[in-house]
Amino acid sequence: MLVVPVIYILAFTGGFVIMSMELLGGRVLAPYFGNSIYVWGSIITVFMASLALGYLFGGKLSVREPTLKKFGYIFLVSAVLLYPLILFAEPAMQWIFNRIEDPRYGSLAAASVLFMIPTIILGMISPYSVRLLVDNIETSGQIAGRLYFVSTLGSALGTLATSFYFVLWFEVNQILTYLTLALVVMSILAAFTHWRVNKSTSI
Amino acid sequence: MNDYKISSGYLRLALCCLLLLSSHAWSDRILQDKYSLYNRIVVKETGDFICLLFDVRRDPRYQSCINPKRPKTMVFPYARMAMASLLFVPEPSTILVIGLGGGTIPIALNELFPAAIIDTVEIDPAVVEVAKEYFGLKPSPQLIVHTQDARVWTKRASHRTTKYDIILLDAFNGEYIPEHLMTQEFLKEIQALLSDRGVMISNTFALSDLYSHESATYASVYGAFINFKIAESNNRMIIAPVNALDDKTLRATAAALKSRLKPYAVPITRYANVIIKARKRKPNWQQDARIFTDQFSPANLLQGKKR
Repeated sequence: MLVVPVIYILAFTGGFVIMSMELLGGRVLAPYFGNSIYVWGSIITVFMASLALGYLFGGKLSVREPTLKKFGYIFLVSAVLLYPLILFAEPAMQWIFNRIEDPRYGSLAAASVLFMIPTIILGMISPYSVRLLVDNIETSGQIAGRLYFVSTLGSALGTLATSFYFVLWFEVNQILTYLTLALVVMSILAAFTHWRVNKSTSI
Repeated sequence: MNDYKISSGYLRLALCCLLLLSSHAWSDRILQDKYSLYNRIVVKETGDFICLLFDVRRDPRYQSCINPKRPKTMVFPYARMAMASLLFVPEPSTILVIGLGGGTIPIALNELFPAAIIDTVEIDPAVVEVAKEYFGLKPSPQLIVHTQDARVWTKRASHRTTKYDIILLDAFNGEYIPEHLMTQEFLKEIQALLSDRGVMISNTFALSDLYSHESATYASVYGAFINFKIAESNNRMIIAPVNALDDKTLRATAAALKSRLKPYAVPITRYANVIIKARKRKPNWQQDARIFTDQFSPANLLQGKKR
C-alpha cells in the first residue's frame, strides 16, 4: 500500500528537478554564451535528447528484476552526477568558450557537458516507475497516464517555482544544491520504503 | 525648484518629449511594425519626429527619436546626458557602445570624432537594419556594428588588447536592461576594457526597487561613482571615470566643448555643474542592498516593484 504513493512522490520530484535544472541552465550559460534564443535552443535540445536516451535506458533497466531499491539508486546516481555542475561549470565553460568561437555551438557543447549525463539518468525515472506500478495489462495504459500526469505536473511546478520565486530568493548554486539534496532524500525514501515492505512481507 | 537655469530651448524640447509620450496629441503614422527574435520593433512618425520603440502593448518604451529636419539634435535627455562622458575624455580615440537602438549616440560621436574607432554591440539584427534605414546609421571602419550578445562580445574582447576611452552601457530590451548585463561580473569585465584615462557611463532608470540593488552593484565594482540626474528625466547616468578630474578641469573642458556640442542640443556646461555638485552628494540608496551577481540577478522581477 505504501509503495504506490512513494513511487508517485519520487516521479513528481524527478519531474520537478528536471525542469528546475533546465531553467537554471539558461542562467548558468548566460555569462559565457549570452541570453539569445539559440542558447535556449541548445539547452532544450540537450534536455530533450538526454531524456529520450534516459527513457530508453530506464525501460531497458526495468526488465531485469525491478525493485524500489534499484529505483532509489537512480536518484542517488543522478544526485552524484548533478553536483559536479556546481563545482566545474565555470572552468568547463571557460574551456569551451576559448575553443569554440560560435556561441551557438559553444552553448550546445557547454549544455551537453554540463547537463547531458544527469538528465539521462533522470530520464530513466518515468519508464522505471511505470514498470514498478503496472500489475496487469488492462490498467497499464491508465497507470502510465497517471504517472505522466504526476511527473509532468512536477515539471510544471518546478518551472514555476524556479522562475517565479527561487531565483528571487537564492543563488543559482544554492538552488542546484537543494535540488541535489531533494534527489538524495528521494533515494533514501525509496530505500527506506523498500526495507519496510520487505520486513512486513517476510513476517 | 532648480538652482540651474533651463533655457527656453530646452523647455521647448522637454515639452516636445512630453507631447511625444502622450502619443494622442499627434497624428501618428506607423512606418514599420515587426517582430524580431528579441523585440517588437515599431518605427513611428509622430509630429516632426521619427521614433523607434519596443513593445508598445502597455507601456511604450521609446528607444530613440530623431527630427529629420534637424537630425543632429538629440531628442531624449538620456542621449544628451550620455555625452557628459566627454567631460572626462574630451578627445576619445576608442569608444565602446553596448546597445545600439536608433544609433543616435554613436552617430553623433562619429560625427564629432571621425578618427575615433567606435565599436557598437547590438544583439538584434533587426534593430541594426532600422538604425540604418531610418536613423542614418552608416557603418564604416570607424563605426563598427557587432551583431552579438554584449556579454559574449565583452568576454571575447577581454582576450584582445583594445582598451576604450569611453564605454557607454545602454542595452535595453522592452522591459529593462537584460539581467546578465547587470551583474557584478559583467561590470568587472567592462572595467577591464577601460583605458587608463577611460570613463564608464551607464544609462539606468531611477524609479523601481531595483535602484538600490543596481547602485550597490556598480559601487562594488567602481567605488564611489557619479550619480548624474537631471530634473527633466527619470534616467540616471552612472558615471565612473578612471581618473577623478578636479572641478576646474571639468569646467574648462565643458567650456571648450560647448560650441561643438551645441548642434546636438547638449547643455554641457550645465551638465558639468550638475556633475560637480553630484560628486559631493552622499549615496541616496540602501548601501547594504544585495548585489547582483551571475548567481543572483532577478532584476526584472524586482523592477515591477515601485520604490
